Amino acid sequence: MPKKQINASYAPVVDKRTAKIPVAKNCLKAFFIGGLICMLGEILKNFFIDLGMQEETAVSSYLVVIIGITAFFTAIGKYDNAGQFAGAGLAVPISGFANSVSSSMLEYRSEGFVLGMAANAFKLAGCVIVWGSVSAFILACIDLILEVVL
Amino acid sequence: MKKGKRTWIFANKPSLISGAAVGAQMEKEGPMAPSFDYFFDDMRAGKLSFEMAERAFLQKACNIALEKAALQKEDIDCFLAGDLMNQIISSSFTARDLPCAYLGQFGACSTSAQALLVGAALIDSGFAEKVLCATVSHNASAEKQFRFPNEYGIQKPPYSQFTVNAAGAGILSSEKASVCITAATPGRVIDIGITDAFNLGAAMAPAAFDTIKTHLEDMALNFGHYDLIITGDLGRTGHECLMDILSDAKMEFDSKRILDGGLLIYNTHTQNVFSGGSGCGCSAAVLFVHYLPLLQQKEIRRLLFVATGALMSPVSMQQGESIPCIAHAVSLEVM
Repeated sequence: MPKKQINASYAPVVDKRTAKIPVAKNCLKAFFIGGLICMLGEILKNFFIDLGMQEETAVSSYLVVIIGITAFFTAIGKYDNAGQFAGAGLAVPISGFANSVSSSMLEYRSEGFVLGMAANAFKLAGCVIVWGSVSAFILACIDLILEVVL
Repeated sequence: MKKGKRTWIFANKPSLISGAAVGAQMEKEGPMAPSFDYFFDDMRAGKLSFEMAERAFLQKACNIALEKAALQKEDIDCFLAGDLMNQIISSSFTARDLPCAYLGQFGACSTSAQALLVGAALIDSGFAEKVLCATVSHNASAEKQFRFPNEYGIQKPPYSQFTVNAAGAGILSSEKASVCITAATPGRVIDIGITDAFNLGAAMAPAAFDTIKTHLEDMALNFGHYDLIITGDLGRTGHECLMDILSDAKMEFDSKRILDGGLLIYNTHTQNVFSGGSGCGCSAAVLFVHYLPLLQQKEIRRLLFVATGALMSPVSMQQGESIPCIAHAVSLEVM
């Protein structure tokens, strides 16, 4: 029979012996490291604007640089270690998205370029794309309704 | 011969004549390193994929076990092997090179004990004279199949376990030798309701308890009978849970004589392995290259080997199912 909850007499043992996830510490690390990545993005953006780019082009350019750096560190096998330390700090910015695609492509390289690498590239990132698009659509609808009503 | 609820007594005393284990870098840095027979410097073992590397680990362990027993592969009657890959490919593909009967085993991390007890039963009943039992696990191939891509930067909880890169192989024989398998207790599936696939130790501890308790009751023994009880692989969380369950059940036991393979193979303080090691190869390696020699040298005389397995799949986890667990016990004694 499948169980929906932990056996009542055993639950306190599991609770006591399962090491607690240091949520506060993880949040702080995520805040600072995620913040550092955003700061790097801002610096790069200003740098590109100083080079004479339009703001829109500068934004795309700095994203490309961060994606490139992430792919590089993923490929040399360091990004996962950093991810264990930084948690959401590295997962939430675009670096997390780039890492999910590049790590999947690296992982499934052994199954070939087409059905391995390409087919699995969005194995993890696909959910971000699908639900990102769906939530964007819903928000756009709400925005439209508000505009009409108000 | 069956005794009690489900314990098997082997009247003909199948012997464990040889054992071998191979590992990789992490195992080389662990406290069990001096016992290992061989280390691969490279996680890929020079192969093109992690799955092929896993196979290379298993082949190497089997070859060393054969060498140690001065046997050829033609001398083996049956190959019992298992691993964590879908359709146990590491074992079946290794069996391609062996000219004997092959029975694939799956019991997740309990496979090592499952193979030993099936092998002992085959020898005891006269269906085989030499049985090669082997298991393997590989961290990268297991991560790829059960969790996320290896280079994906996910943050793991502190109670998760690290799948070992190791293969263990042992040879059972009908000939008399110093270390024999005298009894075994196959486990029953216990599902305590845990749905967190990172917390396997806590999920498996009740299965280990059930099998140990059943074994002792069936055999009318107490904990003192065994010099050591080696569980595998509960990790720190699971080991502490087991100690708590034993205490709650008011059983008399010496906590120093119940050890866990997942805690023995790595130094959980200095190595980045969270709660400890896991995987089919872990308990097999610990038994075959560390405790088998101790038995052979008569430093310990009676050992109960209790390998535990979490029998879930990535699909069952995503569908919200809890984790069915199992533990098999094998009693090894010096004759």
